[in-house]
Amino acid sequence: MSILIENISKHFGQFAALDHINLEIPDGELVALLGPSGCGKTTLLRIIAGLESADEGRIFLSGEDKTGHHVSRRGIGFVFQHYALFRHMTVFDNVAFGLRVKDKKERPSETDIAKKVHNLLELVQLDWLHDRFPDQLSGGQRQRIALARALAVEPSVLLLDEPFGALDASVRKDLRQWLRNLHKELHVTSIFVTHDQEEAMEVASQVVVLNKGHIEQQGAPADIYDHPANAFVSKFIGQTNVLNLNEDNVIWLKTAGIAVDDSKGNVAHIRPHDIDVKKADADSDSPVTLKDWQHLGSLIRVELYRPQDNGSGTYLFAEMPNERFKLLQLNRGDRVALHIKHAHWFNS
Amino acid sequence: MRQSNIMPGFGQTLGFTLFYLALVVLIPLSTLIFMSFKLSLSAYIDIITNTRVLAAFRVSFGAALIAAAIASFFGFIIAWVLVRYPFSGKKLVDAFIDLPFALPTAVAGIVMATIFQPSGFLGKLLIDGFGVQVAYRPLGIVVALIFISIPFVVRTVEPVLKEFDSAMEEAASSLGATRLQVFNKIILPNIFPSVLTGFALAFARGVGEYGSVIFIAGNQPYVSEIVPLLIITKLEQYEYEAATAIALTMLLVSFLLLLVINLLNRWMRQRSGQL
Repeated sequence: MSILIENISKHFGQFAALDHINLEIPDGELVALLGPSGCGKTTLLRIIAGLESADEGRIFLSGEDKTGHHVSRRGIGFVFQHYALFRHMTVFDNVAFGLRVKDKKERPSETDIAKKVHNLLELVQLDWLHDRFPDQLSGGQRQRIALARALAVEPSVLLLDEPFGALDASVRKDLRQWLRNLHKELHVTSIFVTHDQEEAMEVASQVVVLNKGHIEQQGAPADIYDHPANAFVSKFIGQTNVLNLNEDNVIWLKTAGIAVDDSKGNVAHIRPHDIDVKKADADSDSPVTLKDWQHLGSLIRVELYRPQDNGSGTYLFAEMPNERFKLLQLNRGDRVALHIKHAHWFNS
Repeated sequence: MRQSNIMPGFGQTLGFTLFYLALVVLIPLSTLIFMSFKLSLSAYIDIITNTRVLAAFRVSFGAALIAAAIASFFGFIIAWVLVRYPFSGKKLVDAFIDLPFALPTAVAGIVMATIFQPSGFLGKLLIDGFGVQVAYRPLGIVVALIFISIPFVVRTVEPVLKEFDSAMEEAASSLGATRLQVFNKIILPNIFPSVLTGFALAFARGVGEYGSVIFIAGNQPYVSEIVPLLIITKLEQYEYEAATAIALTMLLVSFLLLLVINLLNRWMRQRSGQL
């Protein structure tokens, strides 16, 4: 079901958590609300859910104005960062809760409820835990139960607040993939909040980048990475080297292969993988030296140091595949020549 | 081989605990039991089945149970307000709640007797409006005990309510539960064990309460005479054996009732996976 957010604002005292947010989320998408802490992403999610009320603006769920509706009447499923499982109920009763609180007319029979709950628990692969209490489960298990519980009422929209935030790194990796597959299977329109850009890129079909109560950019993950709309997005999504275009940098960028055109902006953002590194020839006058490197798994990140005329220097980061780094046979302190393949330009 | 324990000092602290328990609780109470051995069983039964004694037991335990139940209800509401709502003057209200702890209970009794007596400020209102007399009636005992025991409930429930994860309520709401369902199915099951503990404390306090009750109760034998007063009366009449027998019985009944409440509490926690 589609979600339309129209002109939503929210203030906490003097602080504007959300400032006239407009956003449209088409049916069946898996959207990430991404931003640094305090950017208003959780507030926006809670306003969509009805757990918080906006100062102004409207929320439409599949064309229907739900702004004044209580959270229990919005037909949403909400998954909390710290699971919020009912600790006095078994896993089974937790998942069955949403079905059992329905009006007598709509409430399924206990046998139908049992069938449905077991189906959901099988979907999250935890049916064998149905008679345990939440305190007896691991974090990853609890979050999957919380998801099963939210899905039990067949919500038209699924909202997840930092769903993997409280989990171990390895469990988080598994659950990300699992959530993406689940979404492919169920196709329920979903929004999840995260501050982890990697998580957003990996899981979501659409990413909405928020900062200080504004939407900075919305688009497919690849789109946002390749064409950041502004300096904030470029810096927030992935690593980047920031160069201010003073005279010194302009000359150096030219030698590194980037034609500087003033009309494009006065700050250059260069992705680490857009910097080609090779050993400097004996007759090269490249002043850049290799300081150090780190293994990032399949990639190597090299720290480069460029001394400047005024005596200070700047550090640059470049990334390349393991194999290539081995071929280059570089050592600490070696002089290297750089070729910059691409830069993004912004005005500061 | 001795099992090593990660917390040091088990032997010493257990020793201290038992020593303290013996010195402060067990030795005084066992004196009571030894004293009562001076009585034959038939004499003991004679004393405690005396109609005046039975009436006093009914008054004491009845009033304490009713007062504890009412204090639990209102204590829960007070704790709820203190935890859930921000309001100005909260710190002041918070301090007022503990006053019954600190006030000499006799003072409380005299004050309440004064305002609830038929010519008193509240007493007059109640008699004129509803025809209810509080002071010098068993009802007066209940009122005094509620006053004395309410802080026990508030202070027991408050921390549990504070710790309660309100995300559980939001989760229940998002699943379609009404406000009433959220309270009945989510909040109450998590809070009730603490209310029951508060009830037990309030009851225990109420059964033993003497100072405030004797001023407001009227102390009519068979009607509004409480057991502690009866014990004092027996002592004043040099009937030490009778006083001992009544005290011992009171001790046993209180112990049994508290045991039952605690078992009930344990059973409830177990059933809801909290143990």
